[in-house]
Amino acid sequence: MLSNSGSEGPSAVEYIQHHLKNNDVAIGDGGFWVINIDTMLFSWFTAGILMYFAYTIGKSLNAEKPGTGQNVLEAIVEFVQQQIRDIFPGTNPVVGPLALTIFMWVFLMNAMDLVPVDLLPEIGQLVGIHYMKVVPTTDLSTTFALALSVFALIIYYNIKVKGFVGYIKMFLFHPFGKFLIPVNIVMTTIEEIAKPISLGLRLFGNMFAGELIFLLIALLGGASMLGLLPQIVLGSAWAIFHILVITLQAFIFMLLTIVYLAMAHQDDSEAH
Amino acid sequence: MSITATLIGQMLTFAVLVWFINKTLWGPMTKMLADRKEKIADGLAMAERAQHEHELAQKDAVKHIKEAKAEAAKIIAQAQKRSLEIIEDAKVDAKEEGERLIKSAEATIELEKEQAKEELRHKVVDISIAAASRIIKKEVDADTHGAILKDVVGQI
Repeated sequence: MLSNSGSEGPSAVEYIQHHLKNNDVAIGDGGFWVINIDTMLFSWFTAGILMYFAYTIGKSLNAEKPGTGQNVLEAIVEFVQQQIRDIFPGTNPVVGPLALTIFMWVFLMNAMDLVPVDLLPEIGQLVGIHYMKVVPTTDLSTTFALALSVFALIIYYNIKVKGFVGYIKMFLFHPFGKFLIPVNIVMTTIEEIAKPISLGLRLFGNMFAGELIFLLIALLGGASMLGLLPQIVLGSAWAIFHILVITLQAFIFMLLTIVYLAMAHQDDSEAH
Repeated sequence: MSITATLIGQMLTFAVLVWFINKTLWGPMTKMLADRKEKIADGLAMAERAQHEHELAQKDAVKHIKEAKAEAAKIIAQAQKRSLEIIEDAKVDAKEEGERLIKSAEATIELEKEQAKEELRHKVVDISIAAASRIIKKEVDADTHGAILKDVVGQI
């Protein structure tokens, strides 16, 4: 089924590989200095949209007569506030904007998934750009940038709340008490490191797999005229389902961030 | 996955974005939401207070109306009592006046009766004298027959 569709077009494997490769530009001899232009571009594009709406709506807030945009953002902000209120102990000036930004930015970056898979790359081809991955969250650099930022905040708040000694104690005496210190160190380290990895990989995996399925569905129509109808039906169905997935993934990322930061704020050294 | 400039770039982008969203959206909007919540709570409290005051005023009004009604009833009762008194007084006065009138009328009648009697007596005396003198053809001397005349007059 995924056979070569003709001498002029690329094979299915080539097509998929082409679509899933970042447009990476190496500065100098590569290594660290690799910049994924497409990822940066589209994440900045979505960040720009976000900043535009945040700025224009934040500037013209009206408590009596909220406009449509303000209503939408109010709903989102109150939703995030409610999540934080339910989970987070005490108050923290960072966690609110952090959670809101994660939710909206990840949602917008995920939403690039819903743009037809070939549309932007084809336009890119026309102006001479050969590789383009339009969904920034299908790039590990993006998801881990978010996850590691959150991880840094987790460590920061752990030390701030528990104190440096308290943080070390957490590694020594959790979860099995003081008689199994070596085991505790291993367990807690794995537990802590799993947080950013699970955050980053979950988002990446979901979005990457979603994009891959879009590509496979797109191949149906490319294979023959017969595949056109299934492509439309399946593509629509998957896109509709994906609306749920992108929202859910953005929400999960936000929620886990709040949960991890809430755990970092729990000073349970007095309990032991 | 390797650590690349893209990762660092995305982290910086993220940091800037969080800062920007906090500055332009989260900060002002949470403040606005809190203000609005407070305003709504104030408004509701005020409405409740107004309702309470309204109830109190209503109760007060009912009380006033009741008092006024009681006062009015009292005044009417007093007036009725007073009118009865006046009527009683008037009755008593009328009775007295009537009795007085009757008495004076009786007195007048008595007086007139006495006068008539007196007149009649004199007339009878005159007639008797005339008759007697005609009978005895002789003038009856009042001095000599005084005793007889007195006796006659006394019998009339």
